[in-house]
Amino acid sequence: MFLKVSLYISLVIFLVGLVYKVSTWFRYKIGIGAEEISTSTRFFSTLRGILSTVFSFKILTLLKVFVLDVLLQFRILREDFLRWVMHIFIYGGFMLLLLMHALDKTITVAIWKNYYSTVNPFMFLRDLFGAFVIVGVLIAIYRRFILKVPRMFTNAMDIYTILIVAVIMLSGIFLEASKMVAYSDYKRMVDEYSGLSDPEELKSLEAYWVKEFGTVSPNLKGPFDEKILTKGKDLHQSSCAECHARPQWAFTGYGAAKLITPIGLSIDRARLPSVLWYIHILACFVGLAYLPFSKMFHIFASSVSLLANGVIGKEKLTPANRATLQVMELDACTHCGTCSLRCSVIMAFEEISNINIFPSEKIGSIKTLASGKALSPRELRYLQEGVYLCSNCYRCTVVCPAGINLQDLWFNVRETLLQKGFPEFLVLSPLSFYRGLMKEETVPKDYEKPLIQAREAIAAQCDLMKKKDKVLALTPTNRNLQSGLNLSAQAKTFSACFSCQTCTTVCPVVGNYENPQEALGLLPHQIMHAAGLGLRDLALGSNMLWDCLTCYQCQEQCPQGVHVTDVLYELKNLAVKQVREKTLQPTERK
Amino acid sequence: MMEFALFLGCTIPARLNQYESSSRAVLEKLGVGLVDIREFNCCGYPLRNIDFKIFLLSSVRNLALAEKKNLNVMALCKCCYGSLKKADFLMKENASLKKEVNLTLEKEGLKYEGRIEIKHLLSVLHKDIGIEAIKGKMATTFKGLKIATHYGCHALRPSQVVGFDNAVAPSLFDQLVEMTGAESIDWPMKLECCGAPLWGINDRLSMDLTLKKLTDGKKSGADYVCAACPYCHIQFDKVQKMILSQRNVNHPLPSILYTQLLGLTLGIDRKVLGLEMNEIPISGIEELLTKETELAEEKELAEQKETKKETGSTKQ
Repeated sequence: MFLKVSLYISLVIFLVGLVYKVSTWFRYKIGIGAEEISTSTRFFSTLRGILSTVFSFKILTLLKVFVLDVLLQFRILREDFLRWVMHIFIYGGFMLLLLMHALDKTITVAIWKNYYSTVNPFMFLRDLFGAFVIVGVLIAIYRRFILKVPRMFTNAMDIYTILIVAVIMLSGIFLEASKMVAYSDYKRMVDEYSGLSDPEELKSLEAYWVKEFGTVSPNLKGPFDEKILTKGKDLHQSSCAECHARPQWAFTGYGAAKLITPIGLSIDRARLPSVLWYIHILACFVGLAYLPFSKMFHIFASSVSLLANGVIGKEKLTPANRATLQVMELDACTHCGTCSLRCSVIMAFEEISNINIFPSEKIGSIKTLASGKALSPRELRYLQEGVYLCSNCYRCTVVCPAGINLQDLWFNVRETLLQKGFPEFLVLSPLSFYRGLMKEETVPKDYEKPLIQAREAIAAQCDLMKKKDKVLALTPTNRNLQSGLNLSAQAKTFSACFSCQTCTTVCPVVGNYENPQEALGLLPHQIMHAAGLGLRDLALGSNMLWDCLTCYQCQEQCPQGVHVTDVLYELKNLAVKQVREKTLQPTERK
Repeated sequence: MMEFALFLGCTIPARLNQYESSSRAVLEKLGVGLVDIREFNCCGYPLRNIDFKIFLLSSVRNLALAEKKNLNVMALCKCCYGSLKKADFLMKENASLKKEVNLTLEKEGLKYEGRIEIKHLLSVLHKDIGIEAIKGKMATTFKGLKIATHYGCHALRPSQVVGFDNAVAPSLFDQLVEMTGAESIDWPMKLECCGAPLWGINDRLSMDLTLKKLTDGKKSGADYVCAACPYCHIQFDKVQKMILSQRNVNHPLPSILYTQLLGLTLGIDRKVLGLEMNEIPISGIEELLTKETELAEEKELAEQKETKKETGSTKQ
């Protein structure tokens, strides 16, 4: 009764959860244009996509992906052998336990008519599968907490996942062990199946079970007389052996039984087997009911992601399907950290402590964003910076074991975030080259906005630039500016400038304009001067800084050896640093 | 055998596969061994605008990884090359900076001492393999082909740091282009920037500069512009295509990667060279390859000349 009720309750929660989670794939909105597409459009668009794929030759690709990537998990194998062993052991062992142990009354019995859980090979196999899972979980713990795989983060969900599997497995093994030692279980079997009543016979059988089967009896203790044991063995052969293999075959349970033998009697008296049974069953049902909301949901979502991305390839998706795919992919992420391990720009974290630089952690923030929870402006800024700090090398996408198209996700989220109105200074770096190439994928009227916004945010911090007619007081000069240019010895060279203007003359950017000062503000030689005089606002406030090609013509040709390009680089760094810190302050929240 | 750690950077594997495949094929043909180091990361170039330390750390980490394997680094990208060179330069120049960087790298068990060399593909071809050796492996050459050779800023400048070639009057790349039988034309804007560093930051300016340069090449009589850098090439190829449609210009100057050009004369399969993968078609260039019969005739002529010379000299 308990079993049935709790099974149905957890099954209902599981199914409702499943439907709920899948519905979010169609409801949550991330990325360009997602706001305008209705849930039903997305749903039917997906349906059409699936049908047209299944009824085409692509079904062969789907099958291939299903076998190689979903079942055999080649994508994990390609990355890391130990991890593959871990995952295959956990998932393989667990699936087999599910099919042959949890569902034995429906599946195993249907296939093998003579199935009996206490008979070999079933008794041995159950323990073998259990051992697989245990080994897998041990590897998982080893990787996370002892080997400490670099750039792998452990969050609450990762710990829950290891815990729930560990509880299910350990309670199962100790349940088996406690039943082995429990005298009352022995007694029950004798009463039900042996049909013996002669006290002598009962005693012999019991002696035999105490010696060979690990039963802890309150009445008998070894060593036993040879004769009694022989008699017990005969009785065992005729009454028990047919339905009960030797417990050593259930090797994990037997090992655990040996451990608890010294307290075997108290275990039985405390009815620990039934306590463990409740724990085991409840842990399984909790795992089942919570599955759609936990990391375990990747069992479904990662498979869907692998299959979907396996057939999508380089094709262009419809906006509706892209929106759906990307929300689904968030669920497919297992937080395994492969992307972060292979990420090209991760050294940035050493200087900018923004966790969103790590692809595996960005996903977490994007999940929150997609679910519609309000992120604070500060969180949004950090996420925006994280998704922009990306050299677009596609490596994360290539290595993702769940086949997630991370690159496209970053691009899409980036574009949405950039339109939220917070300045992002990274747009003024060559990281934007990719955005320029993807121009056609962006919304034309929004394309320039972030670029203008970033420049304006920097200019806003440089008041002097706005007062063109004001006579500047040159004393006192800003000494902080000069001491701020200290990233390497290169910036100090500006003091050697004797204003010959060669740098400005050879600059191809200056040469591009009829009236360069109007477009660029201060020109290279003027910026060198401003830096020399410590005029912070003038040195940092010119468009020239951000329009510099870094072609090094100026520096190469400077007769005084001023590292003009390098100084410009340093001024850019300084401008970004100052403005970033100012605009990230909590008081700036709007 | 000559061996290098191949530094692909971010752009090539993601957006310019033909540069990787053609480079690998060419280098294999020339007997250069390539080692791939999976742990390599971004060279730091795109981050220099924002944070010098990130640039330096990223760059030096790569050098440390190569040094750990006792390998010199070969870069295919000029911006990667320039960044790695700059980082190497700073590490040698500035002891306190070196200490600071190594302190961070130590967390991963890495350290950079500055024992390795950083080279660009073109220098390897020119200096380590040598023009004569490459010529010896050529199956055919070009005839009547005019190339606008584009050096790329970050290979040439700052010359104090990179030491690639004479920064004012370079000839290394011209020699490599001429080796294929093509003519490397004179053009006023040869040493100018391709415009790529501003693509995505200030598109109008970037387009101006690119278009000016390409128009100059075209006016000077070039059939193709040739680059050996993914940024330059993408700017001349994909971005040029975008410029053409936006500014109503009808006559493109198509861009060919140097390894595609050289690969054709080495007889490497056009598919491996990825000739079809360029956005602005370049397959017309194959028609300018000398037919094998012509080549044989040329060889014969040359041999005849040589035997004449020899008989002449013995007579003397």
